[in-house]
Amino acid sequence: MTPFITPLRMFAVALALALTSLATAVTAQNGPLRIDITEGVIEPLPFAVPDFIAENPAGAEYAAQLSRLIAADLAGTGLFREIPSDAFITQVSTFSPSADYPSWKAINAQALITGAVSASPDGRLTVKFRVFDVFSEAQMGEGLQLEGTTNAWRRMGHKVADAVYSRITGEGGYFDSRVVYVAETGPKNERKKRLAVMDYDGANVQYLTDSASIVLAPRFSPTGDRILYTSYETGFPQIYQLDVGNVSRVAIPVPADSMTFAPRYAPDGQTVVFSASQGGNTDIYRLRPGGSPEQLTNSPSIETAPSYSPDGNRIVFESDRSGSPQLYIMPANGGESTRISFGAGRYGTPVWSPRGDLVAFTKQNQGRFHIGVMRTDGSEERLLTSSFLDEGPTWAPNGRVIMFMRESSGAGGESSLYSVDISGRNLKKVPLEGAASDPAWSPLLK
Amino acid sequence: MIHDGSDLSTGPHGQPADGRTRPYHQPFPNRKLNARLARNGQTQDMFMKHLGKVVLITSVLAISACTNANRFGAGGPGGAGDPNGGFGSGQPLGSEMIGQGSLDPASPAYFKETIGDRVLFANDTSTLNDDGRATLAGQALWLSNNPAYTAIIEGHADEKGTREYNLALGARRASSARDYLVSQGVSSGRLRTVTYGKERPIEVCSTEECYTKNRRAVTVIAAGATS
Repeated sequence: MTPFITPLRMFAVALALALTSLATAVTAQNGPLRIDITEGVIEPLPFAVPDFIAENPAGAEYAAQLSRLIAADLAGTGLFREIPSDAFITQVSTFSPSADYPSWKAINAQALITGAVSASPDGRLTVKFRVFDVFSEAQMGEGLQLEGTTNAWRRMGHKVADAVYSRITGEGGYFDSRVVYVAETGPKNERKKRLAVMDYDGANVQYLTDSASIVLAPRFSPTGDRILYTSYETGFPQIYQLDVGNVSRVAIPVPADSMTFAPRYAPDGQTVVFSASQGGNTDIYRLRPGGSPEQLTNSPSIETAPSYSPDGNRIVFESDRSGSPQLYIMPANGGESTRISFGAGRYGTPVWSPRGDLVAFTKQNQGRFHIGVMRTDGSEERLLTSSFLDEGPTWAPNGRVIMFMRESSGAGGESSLYSVDISGRNLKKVPLEGAASDPAWSPLLK
Repeated sequence: MIHDGSDLSTGPHGQPADGRTRPYHQPFPNRKLNARLARNGQTQDMFMKHLGKVVLITSVLAISACTNANRFGAGGPGGAGDPNGGFGSGQPLGSEMIGQGSLDPASPAYFKETIGDRVLFANDTSTLNDDGRATLAGQALWLSNNPAYTAIIEGHADEKGTREYNLALGARRASSARDYLVSQGVSSGRLRTVTYGKERPIEVCSTEECYTKNRRAVTVIAAGATS
């Protein structure tokens, strides 16, 4: 047990976040303002976020911070570019359903986001916002109001940014999400590892385990309330499930005399797929609720790193049955598998995208590591990154961004988390204090 | 009961009982191996190979702060021309010979330092080479002579691979060493295997010199009743 960990309530935060339409909102009218992010964006869309209006003195503390957070979320995608406030030629002093369009056109702000904030003495926070298509002189969608608590102000800001992102791109957002990862300290030959979670942007780091045992490759459940991971706390690698709410954890049933690792949830959130090594051979197993482990592959080669398709019908995995590690897809019940990777080099850690259209992977070729994506039939392979060691992609909830670990070489080698969008643009290091590896993105929070 | 490792603990908190904190340095204790290397010219080859990499090796040493015994460490300064030479020992050879002579042959320290506790593997393989089989034969003999001990065999990989694959590869290597020990008469009930993948390199540089030593299976002797 881990009594030294303060129980977290991240997903059951006292943030009964209510999203309601503003009664005064103008009916949605979708203007021509639109970003198609499929092919990547070369010229980011300019937007303005004047500081939100404080509707009472307590709200003033959050008004500017919320505006900055929303701007950072949007600009951080690489799809948008913020127009700094010193370029503004008009002020927003009331939270109005209309805007001074000529003044925003004059500085080429194609999107305008306005908002208002109030806070109550008992810690309630109310955030209202509107999005304007300046050149069409119309609101994009309805104005919305969010109710939450002041200590969850960042989540509320992320939700506003998600709504703006969705309205302009037509895609789901990903800012109100978390990432579980392995926080690392110590030298390379004696690395200390512990599970941690952060907001997608590196804020609000919280630790879920201590560093007494090696922990590896955590994975969120589809509902974000549980985490599968591998720990050496018995001296041998073994899969555990951790309840995020109270940080309790249990070992999951595994085959006798096996070492287990590489777990993932099925889309049902109950079934777990993983690999188990017995007598030096590693195969893929499935554990259904209330059942015992079922073997899905049976081969003298290495089969590992399984990941379900979003519909739960298929599993993509890694095998060296051809002589080098490659990617294969098999039915969720096991059976005949189809190889999908055929390029030069070695392929590993396949992860099916939440949209179902792509598989992200790690590729090793000619002494370099890459994060790449391919269609699920193996076509249209695209390498997004290249470095000494890039590994372990994880998908943002909207399937448009990938986070992964990058490790530098040599005695002082250290891991960091990076993100890149699926067009290969906007490669960024996640700002974290200390080294980190094995990221896994949560679903979009509710 | 597969995780009841109480009598087979590899060390506190499940960390590998690797050579990271050895009490002393024993550069190349396997005299048979030395003789074999000298006979077939491998030492000379290493010497020639490393002559061309003196600058590189020196810089690697400077940053890697190696404190481990290196049975295959003939590439170090002063060790290149000396089949007994490892690096980082900083002790006169004579004192080590005395130290070696004082080890109780029935002790785990003797197993580790004199028999040799590890075998090495080529890139992405789990096949034993001649040196590995010779070392394991010595290990099997020692285990036969010291039936009160059990052993955990740790399988390790270098950093050039994904985490999951390297865990599986480490399991293969540990199993390969285990199977050879069993073939030499050691009861399988006395042996357990564990994979560390690339989690516990013994050398920290990012060149083949280090990777060669990291691709290993280490037999860790533990006191414990035979199961």
